[in-house]
Parts: sequence; structure tokens; C-alpha cells
Amino acid sequence: MITVARNLLHAVLFLILSFVGIAGVYITLSADFVAVVQVLIYAGAIAVLMIFAVMLTPRSARDNAGNMLQGPSLALAGLLVAGITFVVLETDWREASRGPFDATAAEIGEALVSPFVLPFEIASVLLVVAMIGAIVLVRED
Amino acid sequence: MALLEMHVTLEQVLIVGALLFAIGMYIALTKRNAVAVLMGIELMLNAVNLTFVAFSRFVESPRPLDGHVFAVFVITVAAAEAAVALALAVTIYRFRETIDVDRINLLRW
Repeated sequence: MITVARNLLHAVLFLILSFVGIAGVYITLSADFVAVVQVLIYAGAIAVLMIFAVMLTPRSARDNAGNMLQGPSLALAGLLVAGITFVVLETDWREASRGPFDATAAEIGEALVSPFVLPFEIASVLLVVAMIGAIVLVRED
Repeated sequence: MALLEMHVTLEQVLIVGALLFAIGMYIALTKRNAVAVLMGIELMLNAVNLTFVAFSRFVESPRPLDGHVFAVFVITVAAAEAAVALALAVTIYRFRETIDVDRINLLRW
């Protein structure tokens, strides 16, 4: 739907719909914290950013048109799906027999402060850098 | 959460993730508007997150919640990337009056 929508704004709305759908899949996988984060950040923040970017570029093409690569990319995408499906169905994944998780937020928080402290700090630095960079890029003058 | 627990299997989720990744790759490769290319990239990141969470749910591991932590990190990086890339799109639009990636050819020799 994102790729066949004729209007770019409609494509953004379909993208939000698929983000919310993926959050639903997270809930069926008993990943409640990730589902909430998905709805907040993707369906909230990134969707708003996308709509802002579309609205701030009013004279560019809005028709969601494609370029010359459609045939090769379709073939590549089909090949990718076929390959991954084959690998998924052929591999023995050593599945665990434990049931669904209870509440994951507390354990994720503990994991973020005990084994993953350094990536956590680096992520915060990255967010600051991205924020400052975005502000500098779009500043007038 | 146990109320919402349905009978999905690992293979089903992985195939959904593969389909989402392929659709995102197709969009990122074929669209002409830079914002549409970014939408494809976001979809690919979502597919990878889905596989992380699926493996974390189903595969035997001493610390099964590490997949969720990875997914949260990927979401963080995706948010930063989206902010910077959309700022770039707006800046390019201000100078070139277009964000059509076929017509942004400043580096062409």
C-alpha cells in the first residue's frame, strides 16, 4: 500500500498503519515494552517528522512516482523473500519451551544499566548529536 | 499479556519480517521522492526489529530479553537517523526546490 498509493501523504498514512500493525505483532510476541516504544516513537514521532517533511517541501513531486529500477528491484525483493523463506523453513532454530514473558519493562531496564551501560550512554550521545545536527541543518542563514 | 498471546510460530514471524524487509527494500530502491526512500528504510528497520523480538521470544538463550534491548537500541538509532535525514531533505529542498533523488546530481562528473 505504501508503494502503490498515488499520493505521498496517503503513503505516509499507510506507513503509520503498518507501524501500528507491527506493534500488534509485538504484543502477540509478549513484548509489551517494545510494543509501547514502537507506538510512541514510530507511530508518534517519526510519523510526525515524515508528515512535516512532506509538508515543508510543497513544490516537489507529490505523486509517489517510481524510477527506472522497478523491474530489477522487484526481482531482487522476490529473490530475497524466497531465499529467507527457504532458510527459515530449513533451519532448526532450537526453540525454547518456555512460555510467554510476564512483564518485560523491569528486566529491560535492568539489562540497560548492568550489561549494556556503554551502548546506552553511546545512544544518548548519538541522540544529542542527531538533535544538534538536525537543528544546525535546517537553521535559516 | 497472556490474554493476548496467540499461537504464532517463529517461522511465521520470520517470514513476515522477510516480506516487510523486501517491501522496504523495493520502496527504498524505486521511489523518486527522498521522503519515500526514507519510508522504505524505516520499514526495513522495523522488519529487523521484528526478527529480533521473534528470536528473543522463541529461541533458547540464557538471557532471553537481550533481543528486546537490541530492538530498543535500533529504534533509538532509527529515530536519530530519521531526524537527520529529514533535516537533510528540507535543506536540499531549500537550495534545489526538489527532493527528487533522480534530479539531485551535484556530484555527477
